[in-house]
This record gives sequence, C-alpha cells and structure tokens, in this order.
Amino acid sequence: MKYVDEYRDARVVQRLARDLAQACTRPWKIMEVCGGQTHAIVKFGITELLPAGIELIHGPGCPVCVTPLAMIDKAAIIAARPEVIFCSFGDMLRVPGSAGDLLTIKANGGDVRMVYSPLDAVNIARANPDREVVFFAVGFETTAPANAMAVYQASRLGLGNFSLLVAQVMVPPALKALLVSPERRIQGLLAAGHVCTVMGYREYEPLARDCHVPIVVTGFEPVDIMQGIYLCVRQLEEGRAEVENQYTRSVRREGNPAARKLMGDVFTVTTQQWRGIGEIPASGLRLRDAYAAYDAERRFGLGAYRAEESSLCRSGLVLQGAIRPVECACFGNGCTPEKPLGAPMVSSEGACAAYYLYRRG
Amino acid sequence: MEKRPDLVPAADHRQVLLAHGGGGTLMHQLLEELFLPAFANEILDQRADGAVFSLGANRLAFTTDSYVVQPLFFPGGDIGKLAVCGTVNDLAMCGARPLYLSAGFIIEEGLPFETLRQVVESMRRAAAETGVQLVTGDTKVVEKGKGDGMFINTAGIGVIAHDLPIQPRSVQPGDAVLLSGDIGRHGLAVMALREGLAFDSDIISDCAPLAAPVLALLEGGIEIHCLRDLTRGGLASGMVEIATSAGLQINLEERAIPLREDVKGACELLGFDPLYVANEGCFTIFLPERDVKRALAILKGHECCREAERIGDVGQGYGGIVTLTTIIGSRRIVAMLSGEQLPRIC
Repeated sequence: MKYVDEYRDARVVQRLARDLAQACTRPWKIMEVCGGQTHAIVKFGITELLPAGIELIHGPGCPVCVTPLAMIDKAAIIAARPEVIFCSFGDMLRVPGSAGDLLTIKANGGDVRMVYSPLDAVNIARANPDREVVFFAVGFETTAPANAMAVYQASRLGLGNFSLLVAQVMVPPALKALLVSPERRIQGLLAAGHVCTVMGYREYEPLARDCHVPIVVTGFEPVDIMQGIYLCVRQLEEGRAEVENQYTRSVRREGNPAARKLMGDVFTVTTQQWRGIGEIPASGLRLRDAYAAYDAERRFGLGAYRAEESSLCRSGLVLQGAIRPVECACFGNGCTPEKPLGAPMVSSEGACAAYYLYRRG
Repeated sequence: MEKRPDLVPAADHRQVLLAHGGGGTLMHQLLEELFLPAFANEILDQRADGAVFSLGANRLAFTTDSYVVQPLFFPGGDIGKLAVCGTVNDLAMCGARPLYLSAGFIIEEGLPFETLRQVVESMRRAAAETGVQLVTGDTKVVEKGKGDGMFINTAGIGVIAHDLPIQPRSVQPGDAVLLSGDIGRHGLAVMALREGLAFDSDIISDCAPLAAPVLALLEGGIEIHCLRDLTRGGLASGMVEIATSAGLQINLEERAIPLREDVKGACELLGFDPLYVANEGCFTIFLPERDVKRALAILKGHECCREAERIGDVGQGYGGIVTLTTIIGSRRIVAMLSGEQLPRIC
C-alpha cells in the first residue's frame, strides 16, 4: 500500500539500525511522546533493533490514558440517562470509571454508540431531534480541529440537542512539566507527528533551547521511528539541542493554519487535570463562552463532580516515564486488558496494554 | 468482591458484556469457568469446533452455531448464507463431510416477508453448493423490538471417512502452517455498514463453504494434523488457541500472510490489527512439511483458496506462545484478542 509499505521496508529499517549503532557511543534515554508511536514500537518489535544503550521511555501521549477519572465518570453518568445517545471513539468505551466503563452502561440499556468521527455524532443529532446527543471529545491537538468543526456545524445547523463532553489536552505544556521535573530522566524527545501536523513545531523551539533537549518531530511507521531515534541520538552525541522534523511529508513549521484557526475560534486554553499526573496549567481546552451552550458538563450540571483515583495503579509514574509498566506490582497481576486498573492498560496505545499484548514472552 | 469460582467468570463482571461473545479472552473465560465445567464429558472436552464421536461403525461430527449478524445483508453474503456456511465449516474443520443441517429461525414481528424469502433462498443455494440437506427446523416469532430482525441457529451432522485425529493435540513440532486465503474481509465488510462507522469500501465478505477444499486435501492423502477456521478473533486468536491446546510454539511470518490492499487500508484507518479481524471463508491447516507443496496445489484449485500460502511453522519453544516475524524482520508475541477490537482515537 502506497505511503505505508515504503515506510515499513525491512532493508531501510535495517540500514537505519546499522547507522544508529555506529552513531551511538553512550547510553541515552529517549521518550516517544505519542501513544501511537508506543504502539508501533511494540507492534513492530523496534526495541529489538536498537543498540543496547538506547532506552525508550513511553510518554504521556495517549489520550485515553490521561483523561481524568472524573471525566470518565461524567461520561458514564450522562450515558446512563434515558434521553441521551452517547457517542464516543471506540477505545474510550472500555476505560474503567469509578463504577464501571461505558460498555457496562451499554449492557445496562444505555444508548452508547461508537463513532469514527464527531461529525457522525452531529448527523445522529440531526436524525434524532427528540434525543440529547453527546460526543465525548477526548484527545490531543490531533482531534481538537474535528471536534471544533462538530460544534461549529451544530451551531450553524441550530442543533439544540448536541453537546460535547470536553477532555481536550495539549502536548507542549505536559512535556514542559516532565522536562522541568527534578526527577527528569529524559535526554531526548520524539515529538508526535500528528499533533505537529496540526500545530506545527514552533512552540517546541523554546522548549528544546531552555530545557536543553533535542526534539525530533517523528512519524508512526517503523522507518519514521528508526530515523527519529537516529536523528535524536546524533544530536545527543554532538551535544546539540534543536528541533528537527523527521515527518516532513506531513508536518510544516507553522502546522495547519485552517485547523488552528477553527480550534481557536471554538476552544480556549484552560487548566487541565491529567490522569495519574495531576493538574497542569494551560494544558487543556474548553469551549469558548460563545459556544457554552454545547458544553455537556454544563448542560447536565456536572461541573462540580470530583473522583478519587485508584491508589494501587501506578500509571501516573508510567505516563511520566518514571517506571516501565512491568515495574508496577499490579502489571498482569490484578491489572490486565480484561480488567484494567488504569487507563494505560485499556487503550491499544497505552504503554501498559502495549507491553502486555506484545512483550510478555 | 466475594469470589464464586463455579459461577463468576474470572474478570468479575457482574453482567454479560458483548465481549463475552467476542471470541477473545472473555469468551474463553466464560467457557472455561461456566459452560465446560457444567457440562463436562469426554466429547466436549475435546474442545474442537465440533464434537467428534463414534456411532456404530461410523465416526460422526456434530456441531451448532447461532447467527446474529447485523445488518442481515452485507457485501458478499447475508445471515442465511452465513448460517449454512458457518456450520458446514465447523464440520469441515473436524475433517467431516457435512450431510444434514437443522435450522431454527427466531424472527422479529414485522420482518418483511421479502427479507425472509431472500434469506431462505440464500440458504437453499449455499446448501446446494455444499451438498448438504436441511432436514429439520423450527420457527419462533418474537414481539417487535425483541429480536434484531432475525436470528438463525443451525446444527449440522457430518461423517468422517478417515482415521486422522484432526485436533490441536495432533499438531507436532516441525509442522508447517498453511493459510487458505487472504484475511480480514468479512469483519471489515460488516463493519463498513455499521451505523456511525460508515466509510466507503468495496470490501466483500469472504463468506464461503470450506468443505470442498478440506475433503479434497483428505482425498489427496494429505496428512492433516489440525484445521481451524478463523472466525471471531481472527487468525491471531485461532493460532493462540491451537498453540495453547497443543502446548507448542507457533511461529508466523507476517510477510507471507495474504492481505488485500483495501483491507489493509481500512485496518490502518480504523487502527485495527488484521490478525484479529473475523473471517468466514478462510482456515489454517497444520501438516507435515513434506505435504506442503501438494497441499498448496490442491488448495489453489479451489476458488476460495487461490491465495493459499505457507505462513509459518510449529516449534518446541514456549508452549502456548505465538510469535510473528514482522515485516521489518523483528519478532513479537501475538496475544489473544481481549474483548472487541475498538477503533482508536488517532
């Protein structure tokens, strides 16, 4: 398949592995930020091809994983209401809340529907004027433009029965929090190609300079990831700390201006709770006041709801790269994809699930 | 929570979830912890696609399956064709010649007669193609809203005319693994029609009866050790099941697994791993290396098996483990699907 096969070419990957082995003289710790990259790394067995000294740390870039427990609970509370059609991306359905997941709500008769795009949810709202249709707007800057578009369309159509439950997060503030942390172990970063496709990479430039960390904007196929690691290691070996763009076939320095404008029109920056990490200032998005009518939290009066996270689950440390999933006592032992304690065991992008599925043996 | 090992599946779900019927880990827990202990007997404990037993001088295979597919009609088939092929295929996977089927219809009040007629006609054609007869049946109508259009259950009987013990325990180290065709078509053909998940595609289900190629292999003297059709849970779950039952390691070669471009593209888009997507017309064969060439030649003579390939082999290694040599040359473990495969966010 074009645009996929050439980036999974075994000869190219092996050549990059040899180049990397030559370039690498010392151990380095590199974080791949995005859950999609984590998934590809384990699915394609990429760690097997790395020099012994390179350690990949799985970053917090899994939207399913960092969505706070309180937000999952709010989703469940809304989805259980008889007048509601609750629409969500597939992998949010199995994330455990305080009292079960959305699939359990569905088993109990809740109208929970899996959609592939928020615009499908808008269409469901049009087709069901007597029902309240809520879309679970989860994700990083990657999903924000489409979610903004859904609200924009709903407002143009005058849909009074559509709203968003917003748990929208942004990558750079979270990376900054990790990089300035006194426990920082990360020496280099692979930034998430999809996020940068939307946002560009200007905002990473001060981060690379101030925190003295090389940042390579990287794609999601084996060739992309191997090349991203290679570029990162070369910077580390040479003592440079710059932003480099490996994912040039998709990412421009200024990102996608149309998508950014739509995002900015509909959303505004806010303080955001991250599951397992805590509150990070200016790291989330909420609907602008002009679109407050489309805010499901407000519509269903859930703004004040709070929830306590499990004390057993150490996913916060996994998400910060402080421990590997297998270092958690619950890993595979009370916490499995069938019965997850924390979100990283749920999503196929989650670091724990990726380890569990592909690396047990 | 209080643990009641005789009643509660290990995952401690208090209700049945869709994933309990999904062919993955949860369904296996349900079988292991509720159904198998409750009904334990020598035949059930063979744990094959169908029950194999002797009656007088004859060895018979007996199986049943229920069909709840939504929508009732999909590209490449419908619930009726599926109900005949699925049960015929379960018998074929026992190495049996399918003979007789029963059919139970549970019909929702209000179903258009034309729909029912089309389904029945489709069953008639599939049965004729396979050479099975529908010899008994049952019809129930439930109130509107209590059945999803229609459900069909079929049971089937076949006769086994050879002495090969075709089962996971017959798999031996050194065996080759053949795959009869390209994977993932049925799951995606149905998925493409589901409400809210619409994407344009020309993917057609692989739904097909598999008795003819299996019988041809047997008649050709191929020493079949084990057969498995790759329905729910796909190739990955089928291989993990066999590796576990056989106590052997199965090594697959990703590059050799036939996969159509459009199926691959749809999987990339939805974030699915095609190894886990359901099929209704392809199966794997475990057999000695010396028979591989002949078996592939026989398979390729059948329309549904033109893409047949050798996709791996069996080793001592770690019992119950399936490995995959990826297209970039590294190796990874293939696990059983846990619950339903869900499209990813990004």
